[in-house]
Amino acid sequence: MNTHYTATAKILHWLIALMIFGMLGFGFYMTGLDLSPTKLELYSWHKWAGVTVFLLVLVRVAWRIGHKPPALPAHMPSIERLAAHAGHHLLYVLMIAIPLSGWLMSSAKGFQTVWFGVLPLPDLLAKDKALGNLLETVHVVLNYTLIAVLLGHVGAALKHHFIDRDDVLTRMLPRRKG
Amino acid sequence: MKRIALALLASFAFAATAAHAVEYAQVQPDKSRIAFDYQQMGVAMQGTFGKFASELRFDPAAPQSASARIEVDLASVDTGSEEGDEEVARKTWFDTKGFPVARFESSAVKPLGGNQYEVAGKLTIKGTTKDVVVPATFTAQGDSGVFEGALTIRRGDFSIGEGAWKAFDVVANDVVIRFRITAAAR
Repeated sequence: MNTHYTATAKILHWLIALMIFGMLGFGFYMTGLDLSPTKLELYSWHKWAGVTVFLLVLVRVAWRIGHKPPALPAHMPSIERLAAHAGHHLLYVLMIAIPLSGWLMSSAKGFQTVWFGVLPLPDLLAKDKALGNLLETVHVVLNYTLIAVLLGHVGAALKHHFIDRDDVLTRMLPRRKG
Repeated sequence: MKRIALALLASFAFAATAAHAVEYAQVQPDKSRIAFDYQQMGVAMQGTFGKFASELRFDPAAPQSASARIEVDLASVDTGSEEGDEEVARKTWFDTKGFPVARFESSAVKPLGGNQYEVAGKLTIKGTTKDVVVPATFTAQGDSGVFEGALTIRRGDFSIGEGAWKAFDVVANDVVIRFRITAAAR
């Protein structure tokens, strides 16, 4: 019985985690700026990073489907198991939905996404101001939802580590030598 | 056979005379459009000017005597976003308060053959006047004529985008102005 996640799963988890925290900070910071060349640059980088996270999430989902994670500790009551599964599913849904909503919002607002200024993503929506504003709200609400679920995710990991004293957190960390 | 040829010739001559009488001068604003293309962080963007006044005279039989004068109301700009519209009205861009109008005034029209023409003239934006040559086509459509063309200008030449915007890495220097002006025959 495997007690650790695979190395690939760990790398993807922490890489995406890092990018999500960076992107949340990035997103809240840049939207408050007055229009300037810097703001336009930051928006472009935010969109490029968003496309990158989206692709990494797709790889991660594919890996997750092919590699069963280690089982939850036996001591967990069924309500906690249910919450853990629901939380993880919600995180996956949000990790897909948030970049998609950003991409669609950009299209509807008339700003095409060109990945790193090189690869143009197709505009799936035609320019439509009302739709663009609606998608902006969707993008924001999804991100607040993500923050709430992330707080639960981190809180649960810490509870497992410090209160339940099980291996739920450590099995996502690099293996200790020896 | 000879008579048919003569009749044809006569009808051509008549058509030419008739054409000579046609002068396109009544601009139809609802069928006219001035737009511009620019690049922002490598992404193609489009904008338009909603309001402009144009006076033109064009006789396909005497293109050299044609003239055009177009005045664009810069406050009517649509850059694609409200934030952008507010920004370009500022002093660093159009300075719309100080220079509300951009003007093109033709000085010479040169036919290039077919429906192609070259319109030389002066373009004034934000107090700077430059000589430009605008390639244009003319197409008769029923009772009206459609003039179409595009001109690439460098925004730096007219001090459009100063200060922080002066570098061209975020907003490119080249801006393509595209126009389509429809005028009814008089």
